[in-house]
Amino acid sequence: MILLIEQLLNGLQYGVTLFLLAAGLTLIFGIMGVINLAHGALYMVGAFAGAWVSIQTGSFWAGLLAGLVASAIAGVLVELGVMRRLYARDHLDQVLATFALILIFNQSTVLIFGRQPLFTSLPEMFSGSVEIVPGLPYPSYRLFVIAVGLAVAFGLYLLINKTRIGMLVRAGASNRQMVRALGVNIGGLYTAVFGLGALLAGLAGVMASPIMSVQVGMGDEIILATFVVVVIGGVGSVKGAFVAGIVLGMCDTMLRAFLPGLLQQVMPGSEAQALGVGISSMGIYLMMAIILLVRPRGLFAAQG
Amino acid sequence: MRKLLTSTGMLVALMSPAHAEATKIGVITTLSGPAGYLGEQIRDGLTLGLQATGAEFELVVEDDARDPNTGVQVADRMLNEEGIKLLTGIVFSNVSGAVVPETLDAGAIYVSPNAAPSGLAGAKCHPNYFVVSWQNDSLHEASGAAAKKLGYTTAVALAPNYQAGKDAIAGFSREFGGTVTEIYTGVEQSDFAGEMAQIRNAAPQVVFQFHPGGQGIAFLKQYQQAGLLGSVPMVLSEPSYDGVILKAVGPAAVGLTGTTHWNDDFDNAASKAMVAEWAAAFPTTPLTTYAQQAYDTGLLIGGALNKVGGEDIEALQAALKAADFASTRGSFAFGANQHPVQDWYLTSIEADEAGNPKIVTKEKILEAVGDVYAADCKM
Amino acid sequence: MKREYLILATVFLLLALVPFLAAATGQTSWTRLVGQALIYGMAAASLNFILGYGGMISFGHAAFFGIGGYVVGIMYHHFDAGTSFLGVIPGTDQMLITLPAAVLVAGLAAALVGAMSLRTGGVQFIMITLAFAQMFFFLFISLKTYGGEDGIMVRRTNALPGLDMRNRDTLYWVVLCFAAAYYLFLRRLVQSSFGQIIAGIRQNERRMASMGISTFRYKLYAFILSGMGAGLAGALMVNFLRFASPDMMHWTRSGEFMIMVILGGVGTLAGPFIGAGVLFTVETTLARYTEHWMLPVGILLLVVVLTSKGGLMALIRKLTGGQK
Repeated sequence: MILLIEQLLNGLQYGVTLFLLAAGLTLIFGIMGVINLAHGALYMVGAFAGAWVSIQTGSFWAGLLAGLVASAIAGVLVELGVMRRLYARDHLDQVLATFALILIFNQSTVLIFGRQPLFTSLPEMFSGSVEIVPGLPYPSYRLFVIAVGLAVAFGLYLLINKTRIGMLVRAGASNRQMVRALGVNIGGLYTAVFGLGALLAGLAGVMASPIMSVQVGMGDEIILATFVVVVIGGVGSVKGAFVAGIVLGMCDTMLRAFLPGLLQQVMPGSEAQALGVGISSMGIYLMMAIILLVRPRGLFAAQG
Repeated sequence: MRKLLTSTGMLVALMSPAHAEATKIGVITTLSGPAGYLGEQIRDGLTLGLQATGAEFELVVEDDARDPNTGVQVADRMLNEEGIKLLTGIVFSNVSGAVVPETLDAGAIYVSPNAAPSGLAGAKCHPNYFVVSWQNDSLHEASGAAAKKLGYTTAVALAPNYQAGKDAIAGFSREFGGTVTEIYTGVEQSDFAGEMAQIRNAAPQVVFQFHPGGQGIAFLKQYQQAGLLGSVPMVLSEPSYDGVILKAVGPAAVGLTGTTHWNDDFDNAASKAMVAEWAAAFPTTPLTTYAQQAYDTGLLIGGALNKVGGEDIEALQAALKAADFASTRGSFAFGANQHPVQDWYLTSIEADEAGNPKIVTKEKILEAVGDVYAADCKM
Repeated sequence: MKREYLILATVFLLLALVPFLAAATGQTSWTRLVGQALIYGMAAASLNFILGYGGMISFGHAAFFGIGGYVVGIMYHHFDAGTSFLGVIPGTDQMLITLPAAVLVAGLAAALVGAMSLRTGGVQFIMITLAFAQMFFFLFISLKTYGGEDGIMVRRTNALPGLDMRNRDTLYWVVLCFAAAYYLFLRRLVQSSFGQIIAGIRQNERRMASMGISTFRYKLYAFILSGMGAGLAGALMVNFLRFASPDMMHWTRSGEFMIMVILGGVGTLAGPFIGAGVLFTVETTLARYTEHWMLPVGILLLVVVLTSKGGLMALIRKLTGGQK
């Protein structure tokens, strides 16, 4: 029972991390129609800027701020310098351009920070663990990550449903041409959305850095899972990204945790382990394939 | 110095101008992507090792991007265009699986500073193929022996779900002898919270894990964050706790036990010289076993070049086979398959004055061990 | 038309001369470089058939490339060990058997993946093909018998009767002939009525359907044909490299094929070959001079995409005054 609760929390934490990345990506995707492969690079920018500043200042919070600022600036620069010229172009040209951006970001990071992974530590406040139920100490930093993720989800909900910008975002996601036709300052909106997406990616990067390894190429590994979340949730839908992120995080963690054990009932231990992990590695892809076969546009498709 | 080395792609190092012709040595290694630091360590260790012998050499360094295709492409040019007869440097087994046969077919010599796939260690061994590092299996057997020696009888062993990971757990279990609960992790997994819960649930006496590079960094951080560091001891084999990993993990690594074939506190002249040379050349970069293996490779190659020069491949092969060099690990010899026969040591990770982790050698746990594939090798 | 044949013949002749030119200049590794670029070009061209002509953006094409390669690797493995695959199919090192087998198995895999993926479209299609490719990747990584992640060595290139395949130049010419034949095959294919229907489906699927054409079936056939092409390229690559590993089907490899197509020019016959050749040559050449080669490659790609619409082929057309 305790194990189950712990794994549920782990799944939730992984889920909100995926959500932070996917929220920005799905907005950029839905509103500008851009397939941004370089989203993972912005996650890396956030993590590196955050880690470096927190090493220099000794404060996690200064690092957090630096990571957010750095990734938002990088995002705005990318939008103004590159993406802006490509909105009218084919999707595939955008794929090539954002792929080129990944190469540029990765190698620039090597030139600036070197090849070695950076050291990061937990903020003092969240370095311990909390006993949630008796006998289950859970790292308080992971609870903090969950809280931040949920807060961002709520903030985005307010932003999108209660503000004028949010109205434009919703309109843009469901009918791009119409918003353009209505004479809205689309350029400003696009830059803002891209910057916001980058900021969220940077936030995910900083939040992940005390848990994971801050290294070159870290964004390329997670971008695939993020795209899976976006597509399952439905392109352009932040709600979809939230639901899909949590479901995927849960599913991935649960499969990993319990599938090998279940298989052990019917086959020898080490084979069950290997097979179980093999299947759970495929798990999120299998799930996406099944969901798309049933609902070809994802769970909460915004676009009609 | 470091800036200079990294900013020039082609690293050309010419030493003592006594002879006219320097021998060209091709270095194919991984310099891009997350594993780029491994190639950097190997390149720099090799350079220092060769310099220490005073041999005449010229290094031609190129990135393989961890891609067998690129590796073979580079090897082809080095072997057939630039007339290089001696290659080294590869980090990963999948690259060496493609490059080594190509090299041997061209009549050239390959000396491995790291990768040693089992496919080339047994029946398919070759007189022109040398491994200076270690064969995968022996690496983890040492950890099993260490855990046994420390008196543990139940263990949880974790490794990624690919061949090297399975070999790691098999090697550990073979020497450990106690009850082992196996947990395989995803090949590209970086969040191990689920595994931490399983470890806590299984409550073993000791944990063994094999996760090199970034995965290892994440694992050690999360092990500490989950509160397991103080309660369940962990035994590691050397790729999971190299100097770079420890630097990135920081105090969260203090208290772990590791097994290795070399450590920077070894009391022999070669090792001391290497540590001093490294500190002078790269003051801010940790010296890892990758660099040490490459340094030994440099000593071996440089010594052989001093004896017979780089022209006559047969003579060079014989000189390499003799392994007549003072290794930084103390005792070193080649087995029947020209893989090392060496000692393994128990180390513990302790805090230095600043609270950062440092590796301290405790005792020798295995003496003069080779690998299981040597018996299949008929040369 | 005449002009096109002339250009094709000239290019073929020039490519056939590569081993001699390489030997004459002492740059012998160019033979391998061009050979690998030709094989990648084939894989990219096979992708281009569904992507450029058919509008189906597959992000899992490396799976078929890898499967084709593994067929050669596995058959050689059993030939070498004197055992049989699944205890029934004996191994072989004969190219006349391994290549058709590779094409067939890749085609079967493509039929399976296509039958399911083609029920979706757009971005969902991109992701679902990626999903299947990832499943194949994880499958091959866990195949212990065939080397797992370390890959499988093919000590000798497959034999072709009457040819010394151990001679590298011979092997290159064999590859060149396959590439040329594949180019001509694709050329015929896009001009055939089948190709016209595929292009019609890209432009307006509903219209084609209302004309009574079963668009799903045509798309599936195209997908299978494309997968078979990638399988052929993969099989040749393993012969060329004498090595197969799961890297061949990693998702970044799929991305690379796509980049080659886009760089060269989507929906053009020569584009994928040009894209593969340029990308491969630029990467290799830059890597000789700097270990930070990714930075200039990235900048170069960015400049190309920002300044030209339609990749290098469009640029070539512009420079040659709108002519092909």
